[in-house]
Amino acid sequence: MFRNVAELVERAESQGKKISQVMIEAEIEVSGRTREQIMAEMHRNLDVMEKAVRRGLTEDIQSHSGLTGGDAKKLQTYMNEKPFLSGATLLNAVSMSIAVNEVNAAMGTIVATPTAGACGIVPGTLFAMADKLQPTREEMVNYLFTAGAIGYCIANNAFISGAAGGCQAEVGSATAMAAAAIVEMAGGTPEQSSQAVGIALKNMLGLVCDPVAGLVEVPCVKRNAMGAAIATVAADMALAGIRSVIPTDEVIEAMYRIGCAMPNTLKETAQGGLAATRTGRQIEAKVFGVPLT
Amino acid sequence: MKYKSVFDIIGPVMVGPSSSHTAGAARIGRVARMLLGGQPTRAEITFYGSFAKTYKGHGSDVATVAGILDFDTHDLRLKDSLRIAKDLGIEVVLRTSEQVTEHPNTSRICLSDGEKTVEVVGVSIGGGKIEIIEINGFDFQLAFHAPTLMVLHEDRFGMIAGVAEVLTRHRINVGHMEVSRRVRGAEALMAIETDAEISPQVLEEIRQIPHIMNVALISPA
Repeated sequence: MFRNVAELVERAESQGKKISQVMIEAEIEVSGRTREQIMAEMHRNLDVMEKAVRRGLTEDIQSHSGLTGGDAKKLQTYMNEKPFLSGATLLNAVSMSIAVNEVNAAMGTIVATPTAGACGIVPGTLFAMADKLQPTREEMVNYLFTAGAIGYCIANNAFISGAAGGCQAEVGSATAMAAAAIVEMAGGTPEQSSQAVGIALKNMLGLVCDPVAGLVEVPCVKRNAMGAAIATVAADMALAGIRSVIPTDEVIEAMYRIGCAMPNTLKETAQGGLAATRTGRQIEAKVFGVPLT
Repeated sequence: MKYKSVFDIIGPVMVGPSSSHTAGAARIGRVARMLLGGQPTRAEITFYGSFAKTYKGHGSDVATVAGILDFDTHDLRLKDSLRIAKDLGIEVVLRTSEQVTEHPNTSRICLSDGEKTVEVVGVSIGGGKIEIIEINGFDFQLAFHAPTLMVLHEDRFGMIAGVAEVLTRHRINVGHMEVSRRVRGAEALMAIETDAEISPQVLEEIRQIPHIMNVALISPA
């Protein structure tokens, strides 16, 4: 098994393979399962994601607290009715990412990618890119293996949960995973995928986990939205040949050190940041009757 | 390497809203239930760290009870677990602790069915992955991502060899193994992760080994 992004890219480039292929072969080797079993499980994950995207875009989703829901539809309506400013693929990715995270907040069924709090970014960008690039179902599944390979490197060298490393570890990882997968689907090289990871993750460094009332809603849904946007733009930058001056594995290491230095009040404890604002506290008191701290 | 599979990253399929506070919490509860070996009549849950601070928002209490009811992370009944537990006559006690733990998402679950009691400490390390760090006072570091054989035995020579002999005879390979005891010469608990499923016959053969007190099989949570 590869231990970091550099080893992953080296293995792919030297064997003339895509990152997704390297991940599938490594999974076969480590798990002892057949290729068919592994592909079937990922196809099932893709089906769950597709349903979550569709639900978020078409149904009237609202969370139990009433704090989130309906923004994915709002953005789609805007795109249909107004001359929007940024690109269609970008706004599609953003709205689909919001859609899945809204479904999650409403206790709907999703796939953790790598976590539930960041579950919008990978499927949101995937289905937006699918509209643009018209991939086969197999290529869509490969997107998930590529994203998974990057997440695997980050999880084993740093962390992927807000409680452990702040939002940079959670939405940051998902954004980096999506950026790499977009590059591969668009025909970029494994090295360009790695550059996209570096570019995306460095723009997430330092991001704290400060959920209002401890709910995976505010600001999580909008951070999923912006994660999808950063992933898409980072992929375009990498495809243009732009490189991250700091090597990708060192960006991951920086994320780890920043997460270790982050105070606990900013690691999913609902004690700092947006959670501790006047409005944040008012929402908390309204949702639970009493403040949490 | 804490994360071993691509499906630790792209997965699990789960009911929201949090992989660590909902799915992970449910998985710890489910391991506790499997260690008890059936439906409990009473469950005492203690949350530490981020679990203690934010369990209401993430439904960690609901999820833990769902796990104790043997529900999977994507089981739609998860949301209604507290009501279901009540209907089944399971007494649920929830506490939060200010005690500082090594990992922010830690829960302690004590289950009893009137005859047996099991106490488990688990941590949810992110993305739905868990580690069980304590079982009935025995220290461990178990992920339960493969079938895991738990063997409670007298702390004396030859016990590991005896169990290994049965596994060898049935051509079952061991992937990971831990042995833990509280004090020397009393009881010890063996945890063996295997590559292949373990049949009831193998379990029975191990149970027949002298000085073995109890045997349980935990399937991947």
